[in-house]
Amino acid sequence: MKEKRDLKIQAIEKGTVIDHIKAGQALNVLRILGISSAFRATISFVMNALGARGKKDVVKIEGKELSVEELNRIALISPKATINIIRDFEVVQKNNVVLPSYVEGVVRCINSNCISNSSEPIKSKFFVLQSEEEGVTLRCLYCEHVISENIAENLL
Amino acid sequence: MKDFSREEIDYILDTAERLEPVARGEERSRLLDGKIIALLFFEPSTRTRLSFEAAAQRLGGEVLNLGSIEASSVMKGENLADTIRVISNYADLIVLRHPLDGSARMAAEFATVPIINGGDGSLHHPSQTFLDLYTIRRESHLEGLKIAMAGDLKYGRTVHSLCYALSLYGAEMTFVSPPELRMPQEIVRDLQKNGIHIRETDSLEEIIGDVEVLYMTRVQRERFPDPEEYEKVKNRLKVTGDLLKNADPKLKILHPLPRVNEISPEVDATPYACYFEQAFYGVPTRMALLALATGVIE
Repeated sequence: MKEKRDLKIQAIEKGTVIDHIKAGQALNVLRILGISSAFRATISFVMNALGARGKKDVVKIEGKELSVEELNRIALISPKATINIIRDFEVVQKNNVVLPSYVEGVVRCINSNCISNSSEPIKSKFFVLQSEEEGVTLRCLYCEHVISENIAENLL
Repeated sequence: MKDFSREEIDYILDTAERLEPVARGEERSRLLDGKIIALLFFEPSTRTRLSFEAAAQRLGGEVLNLGSIEASSVMKGENLADTIRVISNYADLIVLRHPLDGSARMAAEFATVPIINGGDGSLHHPSQTFLDLYTIRRESHLEGLKIAMAGDLKYGRTVHSLCYALSLYGAEMTFVSPPELRMPQEIVRDLQKNGIHIRETDSLEEIIGDVEVLYMTRVQRERFPDPEEYEKVKNRLKVTGDLLKNADPKLKILHPLPRVNEISPEVDATPYACYFEQAFYGVPTRMALLALATGVIE
């Protein structure tokens, strides 16, 4: 059984492993990190892998250590994800993602009349709030519209 | 408006009161002498534009007007950010009115001079809120006010901003509207969290004897797919001489204007009518905003 799992996600020599991503969100994690077809490093990912705490996604980025600021954006869509920095096949650093208090150029404002959805030379800007009742919500710095659900669907 | 504390609002209203004799033409002021105020209005708003213009001129300032959009660089495809950067070189302050939500905040990022939001999109019109608060303070009182807001409470940005601002002073608020145009529930929840007592109804008769200020707004025809429904609502939410027979003698009626028929003309001559005075109060309020934003009053 272990052997089979190892085949799914090979160990990497150097880079970043994002583990415990909410099942089904791996592609959105790539989007939130701005990883597109132009990205040169090798990426591998698994979706709906069975872990000790149920299903999860895992993303591995070889040869590249992403910044804490970039990685913390993942908390917007998967607050329980963990970040493992790998060097020489060893985990040298392991952290939980931390919800940022502010994000820029990551999410599109859902208000179609917002100035950030026009052709002005600006990036979208949101304050990030978290509450017991509503979970993670984003408030547009420009128009004050609040995004309280489907954040992943509004990624830029 | 949510960015302002009660102390800051009070300070702006105090300044407006100090400048009121100048606004009435009873005293002269050169506070804005040598200052140029640019009015960039990207959508029509005669009242707001003229009262800012009057405010600037009463304080001895010069006014630059964008003129018609059709004849400007905007028609050549220039974005707002560039327009703001250019006009910042010509003026000491910019008053901006723009149809997109959040445009004033964006303008402030690109400007090298202060920006006053003269209304952006469908959400904010802070100078209107300041003049509403000033009117209430001058004609009634702000602390613990019993106020009813009536008409289109769903889309009416003036009532949204006003009730947030009034909540800083404690208030009993009654929202009078047809079910289709009720106050958005997230606003009601926010106000209740701030300890505001709220009552909702669709009848003016029911509440008229029990409020100190009635803030009327226009119900727009285009909000109703069915013209018959619009007619019914329009007539139900109407202030008439008959309705006012049961009013508190100290009642003041406000309206951001323009009105259509929600206040009948017979009300204009009664001591309750306050909406034309309210329009005047736009001048001292905007004088205060101009003087404070340019720094000629600190």
